[in-house]
Amino acid sequence: MIVKDQLKTELSADGAPRETFVINLGPQHPATHGVLRVKMTMDGEYIVRAEPVCGYIHRMQEKMGENRTYAQFLPNTSRIDYLSAMTYTHGFVGAVERAAKLQVPPRAEYIRVITSELNRISSHLVWWGAFLMDLGGFTPMLYAFDDREKILDLLEGITGSRLTYSYYRIGGLYNDVDDTFINGTRAFVAQMRPRLKMYRDLVTDNIIFRKRLIDIGPISKEMCRKYGATGPVIRGSGVPYDVRRIEPYSVYSEFDFIIPTFEECDSMARYLVRMEEMAQSLRIIEQALDKLPAGPVMVEKVPRVLKLPAGDYCYAVEAARGRFSVRIVSDNKEIPYRVKLRTPSLSNLSLFEEASQGMLLPDALALMGSLDLVIPDIDR
Amino acid sequence: MIQAIQHSLFAWWPEPLRLVLFLVAILSFVGLNAAYLVWVERKGAGRFQRRPGPTEVGYAGLLQPIADALKLMTKQLIVPAGADTTLFRLAPLLMMSPALMSLAVIPWGQSLAARNINVGLLMIFAFGAINVMAIMLGGWSSRNKYAIISAARVVSQNVAYEIPMLLVVITMIMVTGTMNLTEIVTQQAGGFWHWNLFRVWVNPLMPATFLIFFTCMLAETNRAPFDMAEAESELVAGAYTEYAGMGFGVFFMAEYANILLGCALGTALFLGGWQSPVGILPGVVWFLLKMYFLIFSVVWIRWTFPRTQFYGLLNLSWKILIPVSLVTLLLTSAMMKLVHA
Amino acid sequence: MKNSLKEFATGFNSLLVGMRVTIRQFFRPTVTVHYPHETLKMPPRFRGHIELVRDPQTGKALCFACKLCERACPSDCISVEGAKLEGAKKRSVTNYILDFTKCSLCGSCVEACRDGAIRFSREYNLASTDKADYIMDLFKRLENESLEAEGNAGQPSPPAGAVVGQASSPAGSPGVPPGVPAPTAPPAPPQAEVPKAGQPKPASPPQTT
Repeated sequence: MIVKDQLKTELSADGAPRETFVINLGPQHPATHGVLRVKMTMDGEYIVRAEPVCGYIHRMQEKMGENRTYAQFLPNTSRIDYLSAMTYTHGFVGAVERAAKLQVPPRAEYIRVITSELNRISSHLVWWGAFLMDLGGFTPMLYAFDDREKILDLLEGITGSRLTYSYYRIGGLYNDVDDTFINGTRAFVAQMRPRLKMYRDLVTDNIIFRKRLIDIGPISKEMCRKYGATGPVIRGSGVPYDVRRIEPYSVYSEFDFIIPTFEECDSMARYLVRMEEMAQSLRIIEQALDKLPAGPVMVEKVPRVLKLPAGDYCYAVEAARGRFSVRIVSDNKEIPYRVKLRTPSLSNLSLFEEASQGMLLPDALALMGSLDLVIPDIDR
Repeated sequence: MIQAIQHSLFAWWPEPLRLVLFLVAILSFVGLNAAYLVWVERKGAGRFQRRPGPTEVGYAGLLQPIADALKLMTKQLIVPAGADTTLFRLAPLLMMSPALMSLAVIPWGQSLAARNINVGLLMIFAFGAINVMAIMLGGWSSRNKYAIISAARVVSQNVAYEIPMLLVVITMIMVTGTMNLTEIVTQQAGGFWHWNLFRVWVNPLMPATFLIFFTCMLAETNRAPFDMAEAESELVAGAYTEYAGMGFGVFFMAEYANILLGCALGTALFLGGWQSPVGILPGVVWFLLKMYFLIFSVVWIRWTFPRTQFYGLLNLSWKILIPVSLVTLLLTSAMMKLVHA
Repeated sequence: MKNSLKEFATGFNSLLVGMRVTIRQFFRPTVTVHYPHETLKMPPRFRGHIELVRDPQTGKALCFACKLCERACPSDCISVEGAKLEGAKKRSVTNYILDFTKCSLCGSCVEACRDGAIRFSREYNLASTDKADYIMDLFKRLENESLEAEGNAGQPSPPAGAVVGQASSPAGSPGVPPGVPAPTAPPAPPQAEVPKAGQPKPASPPQTT
């Protein structure tokens, strides 16, 4: 219930007074947004100011980094953004390997690419299902989860876990992949392409859906740059920024894939970027499977007690949501001095306040869905 | 011959007894349907989503609606402090009654209409207007700001979609020349090409008319993709927020009763009512088959499309449906005057 | 005018295409597994909680309490104690407690163990109402398993599904080998148990189920 004295009289842009009230979106949501609270000052149906309040799931990951050895911190990396856990582990492991100058065997690198791309597809599938559920279409979520089950079964076969894989190790992988995985992945890629086409028929071309997304939530290039938004957000605003191309890591430079970029800057552009990315990930997986070399999957001699030489080390990966980078500051001990995790969702969220001014509430929610936020990624 | 049996069974009863029996039959039919349409919806939703739907309670989940009804009935009927008690309690009943009353004029089979009223169609739409008021009362008497906002949206949505609905129905009245539903159905005798849906020589845009009717029916009953009222809520639950237990249950049943009414009306007006394309089964079976096909389409549409945006919904009505139905009306009257004078 | 008509036609067509997609899915079989009437087989590398491995020759645990696993664990959930028994050359483990409430199934312990004395089990039916069930005494479990194996030597052991009753006792009780479903089904429907693995063999080295 709104009490009278909560109604404030503010001045709108043209100087006329208007009455506003404050409502809360969250931290518990009927939709799958996670524990994010957005304090909205509303003028009737229009948002005057939307202030995100995060921190409800702050788990002190960076503090734990200061109290765990490098090998012990690995499970934490999966849990920062649990939907694309492999890529985050890749970031951390890459930083440590870069610091310790370990040469990861090529087979391990290729398998890392394959599993990361599978993880990217599964993350985008969850985003797709949840986004559509926000918009009121409940069926596509189930179709997306059906496909995602196949990916999870594949990854469970090699890693043993379904969501928070602690699969990569410093210097390589936990264990090798077997033929079941390789054949299963090929079969998955073959059946996923017609499914993507089905998603296009069911959702992307649907007129109701298009009317809800086209020209909704424009985010300009300048706004993206100002807030440091990366990933599909900035690629939907016309800037082809992808860490896999700008700062190639692992063996990505050996694959042939395009970076989907759309100029329209609206929610539909961001949606299409992610749908295209799924198709491109399938291409990368196929190429990697074809080129998969034989060999060991772990560096021969990883010291049992790993100490990085003193200094500052950084490594960036393209996670499903944007640029994830790890910065390790070491002072030549077993335990790092500082582990800094730069997560994409925090930067993507920070532009929500400016982008949602003056929008209708359901449109603002469509915008938030198209930003693909994972709240533990924001709070760490 | 089947008609003869029906006639002999029912025609000789004294009128009040026949009426009471019909009303009891309709009430129980609606009650059963309101419960089992929930089952149809949940199983249908499951199947569309490649999962089984309810299976545990009873064989294939058939007792699920009973379990849900029992659950709702055992909950406390909370009336919020400060709410207008009479109106609060009245609103669900007001939503249920028009649907029940209107079903009395639907011709379920040959000589199976409770009342054969000459202005049957007019009666249905007159009672239908009470629905709008019922939702408004429900939202208003809850004394909850979000309920009022949501109820206001529902009212504007319903009013916007009543206009093309009425224009379409006026077109059909012109085509058939009568408002008596029994007569409308009798006119569609013969093979299925005699159904009103295919009478394009009188109304060239007849399939469009049917589609407009169907769309308006979806919007009037607040079904997806036009369910901004119930599910709009990324914030709250819409006009029914404050209703607990069976109060909510009656709203829910009323929604299904309205869907039933809308599909029954669509069948009678467009799909030939109880007329059978092949004369093997009694008329009432064909009526039910056609009606359930329309209800299945309603469920199908709900689980396929996302929700429209609120202004998109109103734009659709005011900018597309009303002009098209006006054009249909003019075209039909022109055709009738020029061709069939 | 023409443009908007075309737009309307494409829009309407997209609705019909969407409906066709869903109705085709309607007639295809369900993709869900009707748990608990059906269960899934866990893959060989599945990460359930860890368990001690028995040495097939001596019948004792391979573990000799070197505590590498305890040191490797990021969550401090393992506590191992060992003692040198009389007449034995090496130490042997006397106590092995796993606090499963803190375990993140990262595998550092399994990797750190140089002798393969611990491995992942394939238990997933671990629901319980008592927190004490999650402070797992792995050494005692191994001992119970060996006792049962000796007791049942020569007889085929009963299907482990019969062991489990209600939700209070987790299915990770000794003698229940991984891979066999032990459903904690609701009382009403009959339990249609489909044991997915073959006959359970007591505590053998990594099974290829």
